[in-house]
This record gives sequence, structure tokens and C-alpha cells, in this order.
Amino acid sequence: MADGGTTSTDLHGAAGAAHAGGYDPMAAKMGMWLFLFTEVLLFGALFIVYGVYLHGFTWQFQQGSARLSIPVGAVNTAILLTSSLTMALAIAALQRARPARARRLLFATVGCAGAFLVIKAFEWAGKFAHGVYPGAAFLLEQSKGEIVFFGLYFTMTGLHALHVLVGVPVILWAGRRIRSGAISPEHSVFLENAGLYWHLVDLIWIYLFPLFYLIS
Amino acid sequence: MDAAAGAAAPNYLRAGKGLASWLTTTDHKRIGILYLIAILVFFLFAVCLGLMIRLELFSPGEQFVGNQGYNRILTLHGITMIFLFIIPSVPAVFGNFFLPIQIGANDVSFPRLNLASWYFYIGGGLFALGSVILGGVDTGWTFYIPYSADTADNVYLPILAAFILGWSSILTGLNFIVTVHRLRVPSMPWFRMPLFVWALYATSWIQILATPVVGITLLLILLERFLGIGIFDPAKEGDPVLYQHLFWIYSHPAVYIMVLPAMGIVSEIVPVFCRKTIFGYKFIAISSLAIAGIGSLVWGHHMFTSGMADLERIVFSLLTFLVAIPSGVKVFNWLATMYKGSIRLATPFLYALAFIFLFSVGGFTGLLQGALSTDIHIHDTSFIVAHFHYTMFGGGGVMFFGALHYWFPKMFGRTYCESVARWAFALFFVGFNCLYFPLFLAGLAGMPRRYADYLPEYLVYHRISSIGSWILVAGIVLMLANLLRALFKGERAGRDPWGGATLEWTVPSPPPTHQFAAPPVVTRGPYEYARERASG
Repeated sequence: MADGGTTSTDLHGAAGAAHAGGYDPMAAKMGMWLFLFTEVLLFGALFIVYGVYLHGFTWQFQQGSARLSIPVGAVNTAILLTSSLTMALAIAALQRARPARARRLLFATVGCAGAFLVIKAFEWAGKFAHGVYPGAAFLLEQSKGEIVFFGLYFTMTGLHALHVLVGVPVILWAGRRIRSGAISPEHSVFLENAGLYWHLVDLIWIYLFPLFYLIS
Repeated sequence: MDAAAGAAAPNYLRAGKGLASWLTTTDHKRIGILYLIAILVFFLFAVCLGLMIRLELFSPGEQFVGNQGYNRILTLHGITMIFLFIIPSVPAVFGNFFLPIQIGANDVSFPRLNLASWYFYIGGGLFALGSVILGGVDTGWTFYIPYSADTADNVYLPILAAFILGWSSILTGLNFIVTVHRLRVPSMPWFRMPLFVWALYATSWIQILATPVVGITLLLILLERFLGIGIFDPAKEGDPVLYQHLFWIYSHPAVYIMVLPAMGIVSEIVPVFCRKTIFGYKFIAISSLAIAGIGSLVWGHHMFTSGMADLERIVFSLLTFLVAIPSGVKVFNWLATMYKGSIRLATPFLYALAFIFLFSVGGFTGLLQGALSTDIHIHDTSFIVAHFHYTMFGGGGVMFFGALHYWFPKMFGRTYCESVARWAFALFFVGFNCLYFPLFLAGLAGMPRRYADYLPEYLVYHRISSIGSWILVAGIVLMLANLLRALFKGERAGRDPWGGATLEWTVPSPPPTHQFAAPPVVTRGPYEYARERASG
């Protein structure tokens, strides 16, 4: 060394493997958690806006909420919770070295995601048919707080649906990688990260459901 | 590390040939260089816009761009300088290049993600430039609602640009945090990390925690324009002040994204050129985190005149004063490091001194705005313009160039002409103060910001300021020309031209693609020069 401050030696163990640029599931998981922080903050700003306006327009928000169908929302909540369960079971199945079962469970998860989106689409279409969408003449005649309520409803459930939509190819990709052997019980961090993402999407919906459907 | 093997391996600049090898690289050093080129291009573009602003203000009355043109140039200058130059400048260029080397790693944790952030950056930059082709935007870089929802100009492109650049920034921050946690050599505990790494670590947390909020807020503007969702539209009982809150929740912490890495570089340069261990290492390290923490809670001071409860204003004012303390801690520690040091007034050190002076001026004038009563007087005047140019350009910008001079021999393996570099610095420093200091005085006298025209009594301030802009640009051109010449004709630089003790000075200049054949073992602190041997 030029200035004698450091010497070299060979290192073994986890840190050494990470240093060599090898497989470091800990790093991948840490990165995923940080990404989920950013997602929480992305939605967090919207939740703050919701809180501010709920405080200002409590009565109008309740009126807006009465226009939403609780059974439809409840069914969708049940579907997403089920999909989180199948996701968790898929990871457990992979860890028990049962890749075929893991893949079936992943397809079940994707099926739930599809069902959620279809129900959501019919729900939105129903709202549109009744003239409840941003800028609609019918909505503009309602109380001011209701306009904001539905502005937030479409923004937040829309952004959430977008996250569900992004999750589908990710989960399908994980299924493909299980079949090709790229994801194995020893190298499962991709699947685990997909699971973390999916649970967050589920968790956000668990807050959206009561905030929009159950306040009437 | 085996020095002989390191010297035999081709350096990172020669590791692959052709444009394709650069555009598909995952080497953190090459990505740093890609950022350097792109950032300098956008910087020079924004400097030209700044010159046009000063030319318009050379005399009262409409000169050559007119009111609307002035608004658009001003907006584009702000967007380019903030989102495309200062925010990414130090972390994306020098962070990418030196963070892994300084902690003894061969790359960042997610090299492909790192390259993806660069493409996000370029994509965002193209969106911003695209908005010029479509005629420009006149909202100012803050996109304040309701005007940004009503203006006839195309605000979609610049807002999408800011959104995409935000994700570039988030991904870089995420990468750095994981890298510091996972790839730091085991022999380097937290309190043996170089202070630049500490600063980048704190910055990365701000990038991750603050940027998503502004991302969604900007998307809400798009939805407001496109669909009329009414969340910020007063006609639909939405609240425009809420937009300002959400905007500044990010954008105030963002000023620390701009200045914290610069402070980290000062903490590297000062001990090296004073031949003395840094004074108060732990205080400097922790003050970075303190700035990141308190700085996230002071956004309301941008809105003292926008309509807030008195209690809110008092709390925000108090927090604003508190955030000055960790900055002061750093300044006093740097000064204490210089005390009785063996000072060598080389160019990087001159930039560090300039930083301390300019940032102190910017910081003190910031306190005038943090105080509720004086802020009412100077709000929306050119005093504010002078203040944030002193902190951002005088802080982040100056140290970007300071870092370029400090690490240039390491990055390119060549040294630049020291005397030309000093002349360029002198022009830069004189021009800077000449350009921005009169704006303080004009602002105190009542000159409003963002106006293309002014009353004759402000003529003298604007004249001096415009002349200063020419001196400043002359300094920048001379500086870049000097570096460009050094790139091809400079003398070969040794491994450790400044006698630094951090890990980047132990690898060859320029470093090979894999700088460490084996993880280095760190046996001393980053600024302990006592045991150093004479080196060339």
C-alpha cells in the first residue's frame, strides 16, 4: 500500500460473500423494505389529505360514503385477504421444497387479484353510470365536500388498483422462475420480496375499505 | 490489496470500448462518469438560462424576452438547476464513484438498479427539455396551485419530469443505504466511516422519506388538470394551501439533499489540506443525521404569509432556528480543524473555504426569514433569491466543483494546472458575490422576485448583479476548460496526490474495475495522518 494504512486479507462468511458481489438475500430484503417505506409515504400523503378533509367535511364524507356499496367492498376485502393468505402459503410451500404446490398457490393469488380488479371495474362503471365521476354534472351539483370525497376515492382506489395490476406480472414472473429453478428454497428472496409487496398492497386496502365504505 | 495486481488490471475507463460498453455498464465508477457528463450538460444549459434572466434585468423595462418569456425562462432555470443539477449532483456523481470505494466495496448493492436510476434521470431530463420545445412553462419550479392547474402552458411534461427524476433519486438513495449497511468492510465500524459516507447516508434517508410525498402531490396536480378531481381546487372546496404543505414537506428536506453531501465533502477536504485529524468527528457525523431529522420538520417556514395559525407559525419558526444548530456545529468543527493545522491552500481547499463563507452568509440570512416578523418584510423579494443562491449554489454547487477538483486526479488519473484552477476560482468567487450580494440589498429595499421589470431606483443593484453574472460565467468556463485540458494533457497523477487517508487513495488512479481484489482491512480512522509515510 502506498501509505501503509491498510493491509489485505481474505474474508469468509456472509460479509465476505456480499463483498464478492454474490447472492445477498439480506441486502435484497433490506432494499425491498426501503422501497415499501416509499410506497407507504406515497399513500401516506394521500391519507393525510383524506384526514384533513374528513375533519373539514365530516358530514359530506358520510353522505358520499353512503353512495358506496358495503357488500361489494366487503367481498373485495375478503378476496384480497385470501390472496395474501395464498401468497404466504406459497412461500411456506417453497420453503418446504414443494415448488409445484407453491406455483399453484401463486396462480390462486393471481386469480384473486384478477377477481378484485374485475369487481372494482364493475363498481367504478356503476358509479360512472350514475354520474359519479370527477367533473360529472351530477357530482358537481352535490355538496362541495362530496366532490372532494369522490376525488379522493377515485385517486386512492385507482392508485391502489394500479398496484394490484403491477403485482400480477410480478407474481407470474415469480411462478415462472420457480419452474425454471431460479427460485429455490435456498434462493427464495425474489418470491419473499414479491410477497412483501403483495402484503403491503393488501394492507393499504384494509385501510381504504373502512375509510371510504364504512364511515356512513 | 495487492498493488501489483491492481496496476496490471486495466483501469475502469479502459475496461470496455465503445459507447455501448458505457451505456450498459453496471460499474459504479462508470455510472458516476455518465452522471457527470449529463449533469454538466444540464448545468451549462441552465447557466445559459440564468444569463438570459440577468440580461433581461440589465435595464428596467422589457428588454428582449418579455414578461411571458421571462416567466418561462425562470421556471426552466429553476427546474433544471434543482431537479437536474443540484439534487443529483454530488450523490449521483461523487457518491456513486466514491461511496463504495470509501467503504472498501467493489460496487453498490444493486448495480443494475443503479444504471436504471441513470436512465430514469436521462428520461426525466428529456421530458424537461421536451417542455421547452412545446413552448415552456410559466408556473415557477414550485408548480403552485391553482395557477398550475389553470395555465394554458403545458405543465404535464415538467411535472412528469420531476416525478421521474424523483424516482431516480429514490432508487439512488435506497441503493446507498443498503450498500452502507451490507457492503462496508467488517473492519470499518460506523464511527470509522469517512464523513462523506455519513453525509450521503443521511442524505439517502431524506431522499427515501421525502421524495414520494412530492411525487404523489405532483401527480395530484396532473389529476386536477386532467380530470378536475377538486382536491386542491378552491372552486370545489379544495384547499390550495394544503398543496403548499405537501410540496414543502418534500421540498424543504430537499434543500438538505442539496447541501448535506456538500458538507460531507468539506469534511473530507479540510483535514486533508490541514494535515490534521478532523475536530469532533462524531459531532459532524451525528449533526448530519440531526439536520436530516430536524430539517424534515421545518417546511412551514416557506408559508408564513400563506395563511397558517399563529401557533403553527411559532412552532415552525422555532424549529427553523433549531436546524441552524447542527449546521453551526459543522462550521465550528471545520474551523477548529484548521486551527494550528499545516494548511496547504490548494484549489480544493479554496473551494471548501468558499463553501464555509458562502454557506454561512446563506445560513444567517436564512435566519432572517425564519424569524416571523422580518419574514413578512422580505418574503417574495429578491432577498430570498439571494439567500437560496448562497445556500444552494454557494453550498451544493460550489462543493460540486470543489469535489471535482479534489477527486479529479483519482477519477481520471491526471492532474490539472493548479494556477489556472486558482484564477478560475478567483473569478468564480468574485463573480458569485457580485452577482448575488446586491440582490440582498435590492430585496431589503423592496424589489420583488420573479419580475422581468423594475423601478429605476433598483437599477444599480441589477447592473452590478448582471455584470457579476458575466464574471461568474467566465470563471466557470475557465475552470471547465482547465479540467478538459487536463483530461487529455494533464500530468499523470499518483495514487495519493493530496496525502489523503481514506480508502480511495489506496487504489490506483484511475482505479481498476474491481478496485479491491480482497476486502481491505481498515486499521485506523479516516483522518489519522500521524502514521503516514511520505508519499509522492
